[in-house]
Amino acid sequence: MRTLAAGVEGSNPTLNIIIFAVFVLITLVIVFRASRNTKTASDYYAAGRAFNGPQNGIAISGDYLSAASFLGIAGAIAVYGYDGFLYSIGFLVAWLVALLLVAELLRNTGRFTMGDVLAFRMKQRPVRAAAAISTLIVSFFYLLAQMTGAGGLVALLLGVEGKAAQSVVIAIVGVIMIAYVLIGGMKGTTWVQIIKAALLVVGALVMTLWVLGKYGFNFSALLQGAVDKAGRAGETLLGPGKQYGKPGTSKLDFFSLGIALVLGTAGLPHVLMRFYTVPTARDARRSVVWAIVLIGVFYLFTLVLGYGAGALVGPDDIKGAPGGVNSAAPLLALNLGGPVLLGLVSAIAFATILAVVAGLTITASASFAHDVYANVFKKGKASTGSEVRVARWTAVVIGAVAILGGILANGQNVAFLVALAFAVAASANLPTILYSLFWKRFNTQGALWSIYGGLIVSIVLIVFSPAVSGKPVDAATGKSPSMLQGVDFHWFPLDNPGLVSIPVAFLLGWLGTVLSKERNSKKYAEMEVRALTGAGAEKAVQH
Amino acid sequence: MSTTDVESGDPPDTWERAQESAEFRQLRTRLRRFVFPMAVLFLAWYLLYVLLADYAHGFMSTKIAGNFTVGLLFGLLQFVSTFLITWLYVRYANRNLDPLAERIRDDIENPAGKEPR
Repeated sequence: MRTLAAGVEGSNPTLNIIIFAVFVLITLVIVFRASRNTKTASDYYAAGRAFNGPQNGIAISGDYLSAASFLGIAGAIAVYGYDGFLYSIGFLVAWLVALLLVAELLRNTGRFTMGDVLAFRMKQRPVRAAAAISTLIVSFFYLLAQMTGAGGLVALLLGVEGKAAQSVVIAIVGVIMIAYVLIGGMKGTTWVQIIKAALLVVGALVMTLWVLGKYGFNFSALLQGAVDKAGRAGETLLGPGKQYGKPGTSKLDFFSLGIALVLGTAGLPHVLMRFYTVPTARDARRSVVWAIVLIGVFYLFTLVLGYGAGALVGPDDIKGAPGGVNSAAPLLALNLGGPVLLGLVSAIAFATILAVVAGLTITASASFAHDVYANVFKKGKASTGSEVRVARWTAVVIGAVAILGGILANGQNVAFLVALAFAVAASANLPTILYSLFWKRFNTQGALWSIYGGLIVSIVLIVFSPAVSGKPVDAATGKSPSMLQGVDFHWFPLDNPGLVSIPVAFLLGWLGTVLSKERNSKKYAEMEVRALTGAGAEKAVQH
Repeated sequence: MSTTDVESGDPPDTWERAQESAEFRQLRTRLRRFVFPMAVLFLAWYLLYVLLADYAHGFMSTKIAGNFTVGLLFGLLQFVSTFLITWLYVRYANRNLDPLAERIRDDIENPAGKEPR
């Protein structure tokens, strides 16, 4: 433990800060240049629909490969071995739901937000309000995870465990992110995501080759290294069950997590909103293909990085480091290339957090301004100027909330927090999206029941899960793995609510629909024809 | 409201007539015939994998070559199947969906060759 602390202190904080500052400066310049044409709502929310498929695909992977992917999964594989791998597989396979069932149809029917599609053939105000609430809540969970990742990273880099110093840096991350969103709108945010995705994938590739090189490009030898380093129970890293293998509910929890991961992606509002930045459904399809390839390749890298961190740094040192499990990838970088590589990798991880947080902020602010302000309050009669102004102010408020939340949630496992966001998205959003795209009979009451039902059930189950309270104290750390220490009010046995909340939301959507007499076959005709053919869809803005 | 503006100012029943047309029905059938079975297939394959990883630890920890286990093989096969389905869908959509969708869209947006805006 001592040598490790010394090693992290041996990293050069000044160097880290310089590398990070260079990234921020370059991206800010690009954001400024990109923002010169941001005038209308379509510019601000959807970058004038002027990105092409590959660009948007790279930006999607930049939006999606969050701190949870890079820090959380690599850390989970390093410490828990095979069980960490499940996250990557779920996160990847989930894109098939988006590709086959959602992306193109959504691009053809909506303009800016998830609410556009959900409210298309329903009573506008209640459904838009519900969609906005769900967007804000899912984005908030996701934001928490990112800001927490930022805190962990700071702990590692500056060697400070003091909450105050970490809080200051979380606040700085938040302020920079707000600047991106305010100045650049969707166009600036997209460019930040593209740059970050390129850096992240290239950085991970270099480290992967480096790790494999150390083991003569023999993956089996790398696994042996991880097994040896882990000591007595090392062999268990190679198969499933180390994290979720304990008898009883832990196996069911794993299954629940698996379902939430695969169904969550296509319900994440910040992912859905990215499909509006391209001119046609065909470009939306192309962008998903690019995203699937980039994300898939990146997760293959994290498999190597995770086991590499296990072999070269060791699970005990990782768990003992400031930042805990999330620090596996940075520690691996330090082990491989010394302070310079640590600085570079940490800057990439910071960039990752910045880009994802900016994407979430613009999504949440667009949903509030477009769905709540323009359509619920102003009944669709708000001027574009006032709508964009509201969106900008909302971005500031959300940024402030994210900073506060990040400071409070500091220390939670990032991958786990993201998994919760996926569970809420899969419960509240996905059933409604699928019903409204494919089921003719679906109506307002069905939409409201499935959105609110999914939201309430998933959140209540999380609050009363062992993730929040009541896990026994871990002898090694002297703390309970639950979010709250010293209290126990849990009655739901699983950490992840997906297994229950997703089927319940589907059921409620069906029940609400059949119990209501409302039918809207005329609007459904319009929606279906537009969704499948792209007729009347929003075109790219010409500047 | 804003999403429902029909920019070309079509009479409201244009959509219903388009929806009833033989061409559109064919487009819908082609889309659903591909995406629904495929969605069931990849979800079943994924759930099978999750259940194996969850309840068949011994089987998944069996070593095939060196330290490479059945579990790692199954995990990597999930990557392979995801890439494969993506490729199949893009090929199918380019060949069987896009041309038909374009034809229907043109009919709606330019009735009798008239410019909509």
